[in-house]
Amino acid sequence: MRLGSGTFAACCVVIEVLGVALFLRGFFPTPVRSSSRTEHQAEPPAPEPSAGASSNWTKLPPPLFRKVVIMLIDGLRDDFVFGSKGVKFMPYTTYLVEKGASHSFVAEAKLPTVTMPRIKALMTGSLPGFIDVVRNLNSPALLEDNVITQAKAAGKRIIFYGDETWVKLFPRHFVEYDGTTSFFVSDYTEVDDNVTRHLDKVLKRGDWDVLILHYLGLDHIGHVSGPSSPLIGHKLREMDSILMKIHTSLLSEERETLVPNLLVLCGDHGMSETGGHGASSVEELNTALILISSAFERKPGDIRRPKHVQQTDLAATLAIGLGLPIPGSSVGSLLFPTVEGRPVREQLRFLHLNAVQLSKLLQENVPSYTKEPGFEQFKMSERLHGNWIRLYLEENNSEVLFNLGAKVRRQYLDALRTLSLSLSRQVAQYDIYSMLVGTVMVLEVLALLLLSIPQALSSEAELEVPLWSPVFSLLFYLMFLVLSALHVIVCTSAESSCYFCGLSWLTAGGVMALISALLCAVGSALAKMFADGKFLSKNPAHPKARWSELDVLILLGTMGHVLSLGASSFIEEEHQTWYFLINTLCLALCHEIYRNCFLRDDCEPQQCSHVEEGFVSPAPALQDRSIRCNMLEPHRVSKGPTSLDTLRGYEKWMVLASPWVILTCCRLLRSLNQTGVQWAHRPDLGHWLTSSDHKAELSVLAALSLIVIFALVQRRCSLTSKVAMALGLLGVYCYRAAIGNVLFPWQRDSKDISKGVIEARFVHVFVLGILFTGTKDLLKSQVIAADFTIKTVGLWEIYSGLVLLAALLFRPHNLPVLVFSLFIQTIMTKFIWKPLRHDAAEITIMHYWFGQAFFYFQGNSNSIATVDVSAGFVGLDTYMEVPAMFLTAFATFAGPVLWASHLVSFLSSETSLPGGRTGTWL
Amino acid sequence: MKDTDIKRLLYTHLLCIFSIILSIFIPTFFLENFSILETYLTWLCICSVFVTAINLVLYLVVKPNASSKRSSLSYKVTRFLKRCIYFLMSCFFFHVIFVLYGAPLIELVLETFLFAIILSTFTTVPCLCLLGPNIKARLRVFSRNGVTSIWENSLQITTISSFIGTWFGASPIPLDWERPWQVSPISCTLGATFGYVAGLVISPLWIYWNRKQLTYKNN
Repeated sequence: MRLGSGTFAACCVVIEVLGVALFLRGFFPTPVRSSSRTEHQAEPPAPEPSAGASSNWTKLPPPLFRKVVIMLIDGLRDDFVFGSKGVKFMPYTTYLVEKGASHSFVAEAKLPTVTMPRIKALMTGSLPGFIDVVRNLNSPALLEDNVITQAKAAGKRIIFYGDETWVKLFPRHFVEYDGTTSFFVSDYTEVDDNVTRHLDKVLKRGDWDVLILHYLGLDHIGHVSGPSSPLIGHKLREMDSILMKIHTSLLSEERETLVPNLLVLCGDHGMSETGGHGASSVEELNTALILISSAFERKPGDIRRPKHVQQTDLAATLAIGLGLPIPGSSVGSLLFPTVEGRPVREQLRFLHLNAVQLSKLLQENVPSYTKEPGFEQFKMSERLHGNWIRLYLEENNSEVLFNLGAKVRRQYLDALRTLSLSLSRQVAQYDIYSMLVGTVMVLEVLALLLLSIPQALSSEAELEVPLWSPVFSLLFYLMFLVLSALHVIVCTSAESSCYFCGLSWLTAGGVMALISALLCAVGSALAKMFADGKFLSKNPAHPKARWSELDVLILLGTMGHVLSLGASSFIEEEHQTWYFLINTLCLALCHEIYRNCFLRDDCEPQQCSHVEEGFVSPAPALQDRSIRCNMLEPHRVSKGPTSLDTLRGYEKWMVLASPWVILTCCRLLRSLNQTGVQWAHRPDLGHWLTSSDHKAELSVLAALSLIVIFALVQRRCSLTSKVAMALGLLGVYCYRAAIGNVLFPWQRDSKDISKGVIEARFVHVFVLGILFTGTKDLLKSQVIAADFTIKTVGLWEIYSGLVLLAALLFRPHNLPVLVFSLFIQTIMTKFIWKPLRHDAAEITIMHYWFGQAFFYFQGNSNSIATVDVSAGFVGLDTYMEVPAMFLTAFATFAGPVLWASHLVSFLSSETSLPGGRTGTWL
Repeated sequence: MKDTDIKRLLYTHLLCIFSIILSIFIPTFFLENFSILETYLTWLCICSVFVTAINLVLYLVVKPNASSKRSSLSYKVTRFLKRCIYFLMSCFFFHVIFVLYGAPLIELVLETFLFAIILSTFTTVPCLCLLGPNIKARLRVFSRNGVTSIWENSLQITTISSFIGTWFGASPIPLDWERPWQVSPISCTLGATFGYVAGLVISPLWIYWNRKQLTYKNN
């Protein structure tokens, strides 16, 4: 079957995407969920188990505490409370931990250690998977069963002050709330004052049951100046005094009502040594958790070390404490010390409720649940519990009853631990089979692509994909049968759930057929290549491929980058790799330019052609890759003397200066946004510009950038798009002024901050208009085949539309990134690629390198925390999933996307030039 | 192409390596608590002085291109001054390139500049000795097919290998091993030194092995 290069590449990309999707589906484990959601009417609570004589206690036990105050301090690492810092700065809390009526724990958070998943874990008791982070960029309302929803359903009145995330997660649950946004990380007093100012009033009132306070200041200090900063001490002292205030108020109230209250002090995640969070270091995982209540009696001299527990245990404990059903998808087990003071019957009842909930969750998520040791333990303890109840109701001898009770309790605790463990393990299990199938697909397509490169780039731009040859069909059917048999065997013997097995037989068969077809295609392409290779090696006229230093650099750099991804530090600091590579690339270009300029005259005929092999020492090792050589070679042969000689004086100087200009631009951009992990805390220009003192500077910079963007983009647009572009860029500035990022010269202070929806939509209209004009031109050029210029203009218009969209979505301090991107593209086009006549492969890879570097220049990193979510809300009133996802994705990947679209438009303009690059290269 | 030439080349290179080793060990007798890592700035100065001195002495003794027509004193002095200026210029040039590569602009200026000096010592000094203050000759040597003697050939190899060493010397910086030498100029300096030494070792061997194929137009 003959295919055009474009069609072939498109097919490969589609299959590749399918393979990657399948792999990701297996890699991201499905979260453990209970099927019953909160919308369903809650089923009646499990009655006490009984043997013989039936117990009449079928209702939920009454709440243990009248009021619950949850004081959540963002980033409260365990040693801030239990370590030397706690002793020094939190004297009251330390007193409570050491001598007061309290239970203290070190609660271990699970990944990802980011606030929103942590809040979910605390309130639902479930383990949000990584995919939740992607799915919930805007944290829409929490639909899973959770403590807050249960409390609301039970008629509890909940008040919340603090981080806005809670209000988004629980939009209609609080009778009173005041959310503070954590958008401005550099502010660490106001965010907390906003919470504390309500405190006195609320504590005096008695009309609430649950009070939740979320303090953000500590985390902000960590982000700004790290965990060893002196500011941390001040903040901890402030938190300690707030805790004291709440505790004394609760105690004085208890004196009147005589019912105990509960005060929970906890952190959502820890803080790494650099002050960030999100990863899995011990400092980030371990948080402090202290439960304070007068119900927790304590004899003097009773020293309790903080025990290690899971963060998810809090949800179950809170539910029991408030007399609510335990959230359905909670994997936590009750923190037993909290109910230790209750009568034995109640203790056992609580444990039973928790065990029933966990075993139900296990039944829903593990097919072979009866084989689980936790489930067996649970069944056994339930039986024992029944016996105990019978003895109890018969009012048997208290000694026997007590001993049996202790035994049942121990059994239950063991069962809970095992159940909880096996459920958590379920979350961390990969679906190996799906991952394997995805990987095989991707690798096969990759091999096919690599093997087809020389053919696809040859003069016909067509290639033979051997799909219908007879030998092939036999092999194909064999492969297909074997794979199907394998599939049946794997799926019938699989114990855990597997996505790929869950697909219908037809789909799975299709995938198997695809895999075997690809394998056969790769095989025959290999065979063909070997046959051709023999033929070529006999042909003496075939000249040996020659590699310029630039080719070697590009190849080695790309491969070196891929290899560097084997080390996690290089992934964290990937931006350094790219900056390093593009700098080297610029220097290599510089070398090439200077040699071409100065040595043109005295370039002698080649006498000593062997020396070059030493110079390009890595080349011989690579020369067996004849594919590449073949690909690069035709152009080298056709490459005449470079057109540097024909340049006039001014242009020659520009050519000589251009690498240095590009290098300077890159250096400036590099200091604009510090990213990565190790050096992320270093001061950079971006922070300086965004601080509120430098608004005037930022405004000037933004305005200048927009003007330069217009100047750089407009030169190849049609008149309509020029006007649209100008108006659009004006709209961008108006939008930024409306949301208060920049100032108009006549505006002294930004009083009225709106969401800027109208301005943003104004720009959106122009973006769509320009894109539409560009598409129209492209379609026209398809119809009128002869006219190449229309196609070029159309592509350039699409490119400029994307530039306008990027200008709208970038934060104002990032606009210089866009300017420099356009500037470097212009310089490279005019003074480097055109005069030096690089071939399409080199230009493509250079575009790729620069695109990657610009991804990091924007301030992105490989951590999800650097994704600028606010871009998803530009021009939208409310959250709409599809446009928000699209806008966020575009704003994040603007660098690579812009460079890629520039590549397309550049290559097409080169083809259309009469006497330019030959079209076979595209 | 004579074997004696290669032998001379080998000896000079061994002397250069010896000078670097000396620069590590001699200062321990005179200076207290001297070590490469802790007082590496001192080591940088000493090493660069040693290598420069050895290069100058060797140049005067061996005279690889003894074709000076005029030898008046003033001519020699101007040539020498010119070389000094070129050396300084190359130091600043390297400094600028390091900053472009991401070295901090204001902090660590001294460290970065000393690094520039040592790299110039490894690359520019032999160049100036051999080719004189002549940019065109340099561009010729560092392009394909431009070398005209084994001296130039070895110069090409050592220079490129010191550059490559420097380049790779920067790669361990982002790794989280938390070693003292993983700081910005130190690892690059060490990389440059290793590259230079490797180049010194490799070039005579390489020339020896390829002596049959190598034909220089001036020989």
